[in-house]
Amino acid sequence: MAIPLKSLNVSGMMTPRTMFEKIWSTHEILSSPDGTSLLWIDRHLVHEGSFHGFAKLGDRPVSRPDLTFAVADHYVPSHARSLPIGDAEAAGLVAKLAENAARHGITHFGLHDPRQGIVHVTVPEQGLTLPGLTLVCGDSHTSTHGAFGALAFGIGASEVSHVLATQTLWQRRPRNMRIFVSGALGPHVTAKDVILAIIGRIGTAGAVGHVIEYAGPAITSLGMEARMTLCNMSIEAGARAGMVAPDETTFAWLQNRPHAPQGALWEAAMAAWQALPSDDGAVFDTELHLAGDALAPMVTWGTSPQACLPVTGHVPAADTAEIRDQLAYMGLSAGAKLDGIAVDQVFIGSCTNGRLQDLQDAAAVLRGRRAVVPGLVVPGSMAVREAAEALGLDTVFTQAGLTWGMPGCSMCVGTNGDLVAPGARCAATSNRNFVGRQGPGARTHLMSPAMAAAAAVTGRITDVRRLA
Amino acid sequence: MTPFTTLSGRACVLAQDNVDTDQILPARFLRKPRDRAKGQDYAAYLFHDLEVPGVAGASVLIAGANFGCGSSREGAVYALIDAGITCVVAPSFGDIFAANAVRNGLLTVVLADAPMIGGDVWVDLPAQRIGFADQSVRDFAIDPARKHQLVEGLDEIGLTLTHADAITRHARDMPAWLQVAPPTNKSFFASFFSKKEVLS
Repeated sequence: MAIPLKSLNVSGMMTPRTMFEKIWSTHEILSSPDGTSLLWIDRHLVHEGSFHGFAKLGDRPVSRPDLTFAVADHYVPSHARSLPIGDAEAAGLVAKLAENAARHGITHFGLHDPRQGIVHVTVPEQGLTLPGLTLVCGDSHTSTHGAFGALAFGIGASEVSHVLATQTLWQRRPRNMRIFVSGALGPHVTAKDVILAIIGRIGTAGAVGHVIEYAGPAITSLGMEARMTLCNMSIEAGARAGMVAPDETTFAWLQNRPHAPQGALWEAAMAAWQALPSDDGAVFDTELHLAGDALAPMVTWGTSPQACLPVTGHVPAADTAEIRDQLAYMGLSAGAKLDGIAVDQVFIGSCTNGRLQDLQDAAAVLRGRRAVVPGLVVPGSMAVREAAEALGLDTVFTQAGLTWGMPGCSMCVGTNGDLVAPGARCAATSNRNFVGRQGPGARTHLMSPAMAAAAAVTGRITDVRRLA
Repeated sequence: MTPFTTLSGRACVLAQDNVDTDQILPARFLRKPRDRAKGQDYAAYLFHDLEVPGVAGASVLIAGANFGCGSSREGAVYALIDAGITCVVAPSFGDIFAANAVRNGLLTVVLADAPMIGGDVWVDLPAQRIGFADQSVRDFAIDPARKHQLVEGLDEIGLTLTHADAITRHARDMPAWLQVAPPTNKSFFASFFSKKEVLS
C-alpha cells in the first residue's frame, strides 16, 4: 500500500507533527530526566529593561553576541530627540543599554539609530525574525514573532542572563493548542478583534502552558502585520507563544529584508520553511474553533483583556465582586451601551498596533476629519514612521489634531512618562487594560486602530462601521 | 540563590483572580535599581497601588487563580522576595511569573482550594506539604526540576555550562540559514515602502 506522502515528515517517520514540535525537536540540545529540555536559542533580543539580566551576568561573557540584538524602546521619549532625555532615570537606562551592548559587542538599535523602534516591530522589519527559529526576549509580547512561524516567547531577567551566558534555555515542553478561525472577516474587523474575541472566549488563563497555532482561512488571509498583532496578544490569553504557519505571504514579506538569508541560503531556508507547517493529522492537545464571519469590532470594558465584548454590546451586569470592582475602577454602569461611552483621549501605537497598516487603518478614518479629544499616535519604528510620512499619514494625524510621536512603547506602559491621568479614559490600540497600566487610576479601553480613530473623531467609543 | 526547604511564618490573603504583574509591581518602579548589598530593594514597591491587608511581615501569600499573569517583569518576584514573601499559594500561575519565581528562590504552590485565611502557616518543600492556620494540612505537587532547583539553590548558568560541549556541537550543526546574515540591501526600506507597494 502506498504511503500517503503528506503523512511523511522530515525525518521520514510516520507520526505527523505540529509546527511547534518540529521547531522544538530541532532546537533540543538535551533532555533531562526531570522532564525539562535545554533549547538552543537562535535570536535573543534585549531592551533597556534587561539591565537586571546584564547585572546577573556578572563577569561572565556573552556567549553569542552575534545572535543578540539590543533595542531601546521602553524608556525612549515620544517627542523630538534632538535634546537629551530630561528624565534622568530613563536617560540612565537608555545609556546603560548602549554601554552593555558596546561592552559585549552586541548590535544596538539605539536612540538615534535609523533602525530604532519597538523591539517587536523593528526586529522583524530587519529580517531578523525567520520561520523555524527560536527567539526570546525579556518581554512578554515576544510572542509577536510567532507570526513568522518562529517559536518566540517572553522570559524573565534570570532567563535573560542565562541566554546571554549560554545561548540556551531550560524549558518544560508546553502543550499545543490550535485555534481555527473559519470564514472571512467582515469590514473593519481586524486581527485585533480576532484576538480580543479569542481572549474573551477562553479567558486570560485560557491558554496557560500552551503554545497556540492560529489557523484557518480567516488567519491565512491576514497580512504579516496583522499576524503579528494576533500573535502579540497570545500572552494575554496566558499562552507561552502564538504561531502562524509560514506561507507565500511570509516569504514575500521576508525576501530581501536587510538580514534575511540571500542566494543559496535563501533557497535552503525556503526548503526548510516549506516543510515547517503542521503535518496533516498532527494532534493538538486542545482545539478551538471560531467563526470569523460572526466577529465584530471588539472593545474592552474592564481591567483585563478578557473583559471584552463586541462594540454593539453592553457593559455586563455586576453580578460578581470581580465585575463590580472592575466597573468601579472603570467608572462604568452595568447595562450601559459600549458604543457611546465618552473618552478623554486616544492612543494609537504599541507593539500590538504600531505598524504601517495600523496607521493606515487609523488614517483612513481620520482623513478629512477632526479629533474632538487629544490623542497620541506613536509609530512602532523609525521605518514605520518614515513610511507613514512618505504616505502623508503624519499630516492626516496632525491635521486631525493628534500628536505625531517618535517610536517606542510610549503610552502602552508609560515607562517613558507618557501617562494617562488618574480617572481619565483612554481609547487605546495597545494590549493591556490592567489597573494602572497606563498610569495610576487610568482607565483603558482596548480596541483596533480604526476603532481608536473613530473614538478620536466622536469623543466616544464608536462602532467604526457607522463612520466609514 | 538562597535555597528553599522549609518555612514557618504568617500568611496574608489576596482573594482576587488574575492579579497581573502590573499590580504586583507597577511599571513606574521597573526603572529602580536593585542591589541588596547596597540596601536597594523593591520591598516598598510591592502591591504599591493595591490594598493587601497583612502583607507587611507576611512570608506567604495566598492568592486567586492565574496569579502573576501579564508582563514578564521579574521585578514582580523581586518585590515579593524583598518584602519577605518567599511562597505564593494559588490555584494557578502565569507561566513566566512561575519561571521567574523558581530562579529567585520563591516557591509557587499550586492548590485549587487552599483556605483563604491568613495567620500561621508552614511549608515543607522536601515533603511537599503545607499547613494553614485552620490546622488543615495539604500535600501539593511540584515540577521535580523546580523542586530540585529550589531545594538546592542551584546556580543554573553554572550547571548549564557543564554541558558546554553538547551546546557547542548543537550550535555547529544548526543550518547556516539560521545564523544572522550580515545586513544587505540597505535601501530596502525606501523601495519597500514606496507608495505603489504600500497602497496596492
